[in-house]
Amino acid sequence: MPISHLSHWGLLVTGDPLIYGADVSILLVSVGIVFVLTYFKKWKWLWREWLTTVDHKRIGIMYLIAAVLMLFRAGTDALLMRTQLALPNEHFLGPSHYDQIFTTHGTVMIFFMAMPFIFALMNIAVPLQIGARDVAFPYLNAVSFWLFFFGAMLLNISFVIGGSPAAGWTSYAPLAGLHFSPGPGENFYLLALQITGIGSIATGINFLATIFKMRAPGMTLMKMPLFTWSIVATNILIIFAFPALAVALALLLIDRIAGAHFFTIHAGGLPMMYINMFWIWGHPEVYIVLLPAFGVFSEVVATFSRKTIFGYKAMVSSMLVISVVSYFVWAHHFFTMGGGVSVNSFFAVASMLIGIPTGVKVFNWMFTMYRGRIRMKMPMLWTIAFIPCFVLGGASGMMLAVAPVDYQFHNSYFLVAHFHEMLIGGVVFGMFAALYYWWPKVFGFILDEKWGRWAFWFWNIGFYVCFEPQYALGLMGMQRRMYTYPAGMGWTALNFISTIGAFLMGIGFIFMAGGIVYSIFKGERDLTGDPWDGRTLEWSLPSPAPHYNFAVIPTITDRDQWWTLKEQGKQDTLRVRAEDIAPIHMPKNSAKPFLVGLAFFVAGFGFVFNWYILAAVGLFCVVILLLARSFEYHSDYHIPVDEVIHTETALGRL
Amino acid sequence: MLNTPESSRGIAPHHAERFPWKGIIGYVLSIILTGFSMWIGLTHAAQFGAAIFIILGLAVLQIFVQMFLFMHVTESDEGPPWQVLGLLAGLLFVATIVGMSMWIMTFNGQAS
Repeated sequence: MPISHLSHWGLLVTGDPLIYGADVSILLVSVGIVFVLTYFKKWKWLWREWLTTVDHKRIGIMYLIAAVLMLFRAGTDALLMRTQLALPNEHFLGPSHYDQIFTTHGTVMIFFMAMPFIFALMNIAVPLQIGARDVAFPYLNAVSFWLFFFGAMLLNISFVIGGSPAAGWTSYAPLAGLHFSPGPGENFYLLALQITGIGSIATGINFLATIFKMRAPGMTLMKMPLFTWSIVATNILIIFAFPALAVALALLLIDRIAGAHFFTIHAGGLPMMYINMFWIWGHPEVYIVLLPAFGVFSEVVATFSRKTIFGYKAMVSSMLVISVVSYFVWAHHFFTMGGGVSVNSFFAVASMLIGIPTGVKVFNWMFTMYRGRIRMKMPMLWTIAFIPCFVLGGASGMMLAVAPVDYQFHNSYFLVAHFHEMLIGGVVFGMFAALYYWWPKVFGFILDEKWGRWAFWFWNIGFYVCFEPQYALGLMGMQRRMYTYPAGMGWTALNFISTIGAFLMGIGFIFMAGGIVYSIFKGERDLTGDPWDGRTLEWSLPSPAPHYNFAVIPTITDRDQWWTLKEQGKQDTLRVRAEDIAPIHMPKNSAKPFLVGLAFFVAGFGFVFNWYILAAVGLFCVVILLLARSFEYHSDYHIPVDEVIHTETALGRL
Repeated sequence: MLNTPESSRGIAPHHAERFPWKGIIGYVLSIILTGFSMWIGLTHAAQFGAAIFIILGLAVLQIFVQMFLFMHVTESDEGPPWQVLGLLAGLLFVATIVGMSMWIMTFNGQAS
């Protein structure tokens, strides 16, 4: 293998000032973190309260922090790319460096920003919404998080150790094969995604089991909040889609490290099969990240219009239809492969069909707002901003779904504009709505409205300034992933405008981060637990919710349980009475999930550099940890009644 | 209370422990099935088309071994049998993935 005889310094010394800058900043940040933790004597606290926790609320917070950090990291990539493309013939980034940056931008945004963001929301909201004390498998939940975390670390260190992947976030064979992409970069991609993917599948199973088996008594399926329903649909997709990705990545990895020929050009390989398998996962993935956003919008629209959601049953069925139909559309990502008329026609029609349930949802949100008493708080602003953006992106999606026309649009900036409109206007706006909506429930204070509005307008104006010109650029012939372009193509002005928009979004992010910092110190504290006059069960709890969530599990009679009780003035039925409290059964914290993640990281790192002894050591540790877990018989404990009464009294609920 | 499925582990100590015959039989069977298909693949004991056919057949048997001996497919407590619904959905998706991938990859005679 060419990698093994690279000198160890060759991995770190690349000669690129940007990479030296990254080396230095990673070093400084690491030293800073170690210093702060040591100075304030927080190591034990970090280990006991966070690294070993199995509490879904804390795992949710860790996912959230990771997602926001990764948004910053991949957003910086985006700004570097837009800087490079602002003017023709720039030399800010070289071609291979540009390739690495667009690859990590896409990979990080999908796998390490969007996915943890939806996992954060699942963890934060679902158990509280269904009246459960934790998820079905709290230990597995922690394992999922640490697999995600160490997968993300593995991809992120690639930049400074050995070189980033550079074959695009889709990592198509044969480009991503050993012949065209030698070196460890692609291995980093394959192993990081494989490790984090195991965690994603586990999360899918975990939350589906939680929702099906652990709802409070009386909460039938058709009384579940719509966000929880959206998570059902999402998890069905995760369970059936992610294995396809795992197989595609594994086969490509075997090609690369063991000399197989699944996807090579010669020796009977079939590179198109990789592309086929990638999109079997890839298209459902779009809906995996989008459906939770739909769930969020449904909650936010109902809450801030003070109306029950319009067409609840239509909302549920449209989500389930999306989760099935989105399985039958994947070939629209490669119409130009030449699958033939019948293949392309089938997938074109299926792709257009998906617009119907999605359209139903958009109309239902608008009908919910109709004649509602709308309050323009931050979550509602993001929801309203989502609708026009999503409709525009949906319309361009319909154009892309027309197979013959797609030959013109394929892999042009028209496509880039389309999927950013869906993923930013759909997913990211939804995640931001959720961030502002559930923030008080998680942290006990409300995010400042003024900072939020600055962030909102910078993001929104920036978004349209950045991406609308790209539709035109695509039609003018500009292809995606070009690292530069000549003057005189007529592309300069539009590219420059697009770059301005990207930086406006960057300013929006700074306002968002600034708003969080400001609110930590000065934000309005949420003393009621119900800052938005909410409708669902989580708003009946104090903010933040106690460790065990519900001192007494409530009985559900209504879809908008908390709202109905408030309407009838019967909130007291959810008040805790001391005589009802029994010892609460909870899972114990465990160090093993963290260690399993670490062991996978070591194994992955070994495979990246073909250091098989290291890989074997890592995998051996994984097996040992699994064995140790299966012989662990006391993984749970009971919170005594006195302690529950003490906590509830301190919260003023007894 | 006690609504975490993990609760069974701590509350009911493993008094009903029996020898895990099911697990042992499944383990041996899955090793035999895997070993046999590996042997066919490595020794070229059958012609290519026949080998593929045999290996696919063994894979289907393997699915049944996994489902009945390890994955509790016949067990259920109160409530709907979710695992059956899950299997049906899985069947639909697997048929889709395999069938349509073959359809797409024939290129309808345009290439190859």
